[in-house]
Amino acid sequence: MSDPILALQNVKTHFPVRRGFGRPRAAGIVRAVDGVSLTVGRGEVLGLVGESGCGKSTLARTILQFVPATAGTIVLEGRNLAAASSGELTEARRLMQMVFQDPYASLNPRLTVFATLAEPMLVHRVCAPAAVPAQVAELMRRVGLAPRLLKKYPHEFSGGQRQRIAVARALALRPKVIVADEPVSALDVSVQAQILNLLSQLVREMDLALIFIAHDLSVVKHISDRVAVMYLGKIVELGRAADVIERPRHPYTQALVSAIPRLDPDAERARPRIVLAGDPPSPLHPPAGCAFHPRCPVAQEKCRLAVPPLAQLADGREVACIRVGEI
Amino acid sequence: MPLLEVNGLRTFFHTRDGIHRAVDGVSFTVERGGTLGIVGESGSGKSVTCYSLMGLVPQPPGRIESGSAVFDGVDLLHCPPRTARSIYGKRIAMIFQDPMTSLNPYLRIGDQLIEPLLIHEKTSKAAARERGRAMLEAVGIPDAEARMKRYPHEFSGGMRQRVMIAMALITRPELLIADEPTTALDVTVQAQILELIRRFQRELGMAVIFITHDLAVVSGLCDRVLVMCAGRVVEAADVRVIFQQPRHPYTRALQRAIPATQPQGAELYTIPGMPPDLSQPLPGCPFAPRCEYAVDRCRREDPTLGEVAPDQSSACLRAQAGEI
Repeated sequence: MSDPILALQNVKTHFPVRRGFGRPRAAGIVRAVDGVSLTVGRGEVLGLVGESGCGKSTLARTILQFVPATAGTIVLEGRNLAAASSGELTEARRLMQMVFQDPYASLNPRLTVFATLAEPMLVHRVCAPAAVPAQVAELMRRVGLAPRLLKKYPHEFSGGQRQRIAVARALALRPKVIVADEPVSALDVSVQAQILNLLSQLVREMDLALIFIAHDLSVVKHISDRVAVMYLGKIVELGRAADVIERPRHPYTQALVSAIPRLDPDAERARPRIVLAGDPPSPLHPPAGCAFHPRCPVAQEKCRLAVPPLAQLADGREVACIRVGEI
Repeated sequence: MPLLEVNGLRTFFHTRDGIHRAVDGVSFTVERGGTLGIVGESGSGKSVTCYSLMGLVPQPPGRIESGSAVFDGVDLLHCPPRTARSIYGKRIAMIFQDPMTSLNPYLRIGDQLIEPLLIHEKTSKAAARERGRAMLEAVGIPDAEARMKRYPHEFSGGMRQRVMIAMALITRPELLIADEPTTALDVTVQAQILELIRRFQRELGMAVIFITHDLAVVSGLCDRVLVMCAGRVVEAADVRVIFQQPRHPYTRALQRAIPATQPQGAELYTIPGMPPDLSQPLPGCPFAPRCEYAVDRCRREDPTLGEVAPDQSSACLRAQAGEI
């Protein structure tokens, strides 16, 4: 891995919860992201996986400065964003762009594709206004769409094409980091493959850092160099994609991997399955100790006592489980 | 005799832009206790097929143009509405993709859960509530008694899908139609829901039609698989055969596009082009414009589903000729 372009150190995003009318009183704190440290390098794809509510989208929003971090540092190209001036923040926002899950909801239905792509360029003055049309046409070609489609509106496109437009919009400001939040989960398999190919190609060609959030582990394994698994606001396992998904070490990752249905009917019926009971606990009242222990098939008394730290194993991956040596 | 026999089903939508041939001549059978998977991309007609069986196609603009669907001797498409109503929700139940929009947000879970019992069985409300509570426990909802008084928004997605399943199974149906029941859920919850469906299928001996776009889900659950494309069935076979020896180029293309079948980091196979516009007449095979095996004949002749191996049918002219 090359030098990290983005580095997170112990980032926390907490939301206070208030209850009651009139004079609302504090009812607790949702620890959506609770001490996440990770890095992403140029030309690297970091996969981020976990169940709904584990904080992966909040982490994305925190990185992009949509919500303020409660604690911790986010360093982009050597600059700490928590201490950045508003001018520096504007520049940081240009350098980090997002692709959302639902291409039907994330494009303005009243703007033509040209207006959608030109607007960020004009706002951030990335080039002279006269050069914008040529830049926009170039962007369209980059994402595999014909420039003659620029006068059309989002409803005239299919789901896959809209997601290409959303990718083009993210690229309009020549960013260095792209955060894609479930970019293919609303798409059919055949279209999903096209978007995955496009994203890998762009990462290679433009030396982008891509944070790829998804709940589909086979997709994440395919596209990512490294994978981080989140549970209830914390990273529980982080390592090379093939290691984490083919030989998971944390019991939660093992359960996630075991939940993926296999394509081979005989293997699918024969294999042992770890079916986790219930839903993830509420982040408002996280369990004591390891947050996973109430659902963990190998939990012991000691798992209730202390929050396990992320510890590095011999193969370089990090796992937050005190029993990792025994299981 | 099969439990359900669908023959030549055609459901068209008559819109301002023309006639949209959503389901165009679909035939299949479901045996008692069997599991049929229907797979295909969005717009391939898999949901409309099942909506047609359940009388859920909005008419107009939809219209069932022809075909029959014989369930245990009764043609659901042509029987008196009263007869059909005594079957829907009692002997055939359905669960949907989005458990948030398919539960009534104004009704307590308990009240909607026992509605099928109050309608279809002569039972007292107290007895129905007791069966409802037992059913909630059976689908794995803890503290069922208290949960009966809660509203849908107080449940998580996985819990709501469990409630939906409890509601569908409370009348002990002979056929369950599940329309992408796990698509909106996490993999861990998906595994729980699939396990639940498998268990009830064993216990009640019911048949299941499972609609999904995810081939991997089908592999663990179904005995038989129909692959649909552009409103037609393009391949029908035993689940193992579909995965090991698919004989329609579309089935092969779908499998090759799945990341899990490809080496990590390699470029994924993509199906070129887009699904056809169903409001335009299609000469020849609907997949021909996107098919790498297509020859001139494929663009002229309309293929029909024909047997290419024992118990395996493919609607591909070249497969039928033994060329692929």
